[in-house]
Amino acid sequence: MNFNQIKNKLKNKTVGIAGCGGLGSNCAVALARVGVGNLIISDFDIIEESNLNRQYFFHHQIGSYKAISLQENIALINPNTYVESHNIKLDSENIITIFKDCDVIVEAFDRAEMKQLIIETTHENLPNKPIVIGLGMAGWGNSNIINVRQSDNLFICGDEVNEVSEDLPPLAPRVGIVANMQANVVLEILLKD
Amino acid sequence: MKITLNNRSEIFKENNLTISEILKIKNYTFKMMVIKINGKLIRKPEYNSATVVEGDNVQILHLISGG
Repeated sequence: MNFNQIKNKLKNKTVGIAGCGGLGSNCAVALARVGVGNLIISDFDIIEESNLNRQYFFHHQIGSYKAISLQENIALINPNTYVESHNIKLDSENIITIFKDCDVIVEAFDRAEMKQLIIETTHENLPNKPIVIGLGMAGWGNSNIINVRQSDNLFICGDEVNEVSEDLPPLAPRVGIVANMQANVVLEILLKD
Repeated sequence: MKITLNNRSEIFKENNLTISEILKIKNYTFKMMVIKINGKLIRKPEYNSATVVEGDNVQILHLISGG
C-alpha cells in the first residue's frame, strides 16, 4: 500500500482518544499525521507547565484546556483531520455516548482507576470494539521491555511494570514510545480490512 | 488442571479454583485489576465465587498509573 492508498483508507475512519495527556496528545498527533479522517478527543484538564515534559502542547498554551489546545495543534499539522473535542470528565455513561461510533478507542488516561473504568465499561457496553490501552511507561531507559499484547479485543501497550511515582516520573521518550505504539496498533487495526 | 493464564499455559494441582484462590497462589496482591474468565468480566465481588476449571482462559490484567 502506498501512502495515498493508506490515506484513502484512513480518511473515513474514526478513532476515539480518551484523555489528552502524554499518551493521548502524542497518539492523536501521530494518527493525524498519517491521515486518520476523524478523531474524537476528550479531556477535562488544563495544561500545566509540568505537562510539557511529555505532552504535545506549547508553552503559551499553559492554562488552556487540553482538549481544545490539542484540537488547535492538530489543525496546524493536518487540517484535513476533523477533530471533535469534548471538554468533559469521562465516566461510565459518557464514555459510551461519546465513543460508540468509533472504529477503535485509545485509552490514554493517567490513573489506573480510569483505565479500569474504560476497559470494564467498553467490555460490557461496546463489546468487540477494539480498545488500545497504555500500561507501564514511567521512567527512562529499558526500551526493550515495552511490548504489545492482545487479549480478545483489548490491546495492551507498555511494559506493564513501571508505575509512575515521585522517583519514577513519566517522561517524553518512554511515554512517546507507548503513545506511538498505540497509534501503530490503531493503524494495524484500521488498515487490516 | 491446566489453564491458560495471561496467554501462558499453567498447571495447578487443584481441579478447580476460585479467582481469589488463584490470586493467592500466584501471590498477586495488585490493587487494581481487570479479570476475565473465557472473555467474561469478573468484578471484585465475584472473586470468591467465580470458579476456574480445566481448559479455561484466564486474563488477570494489573492496572498501573501513568500516561
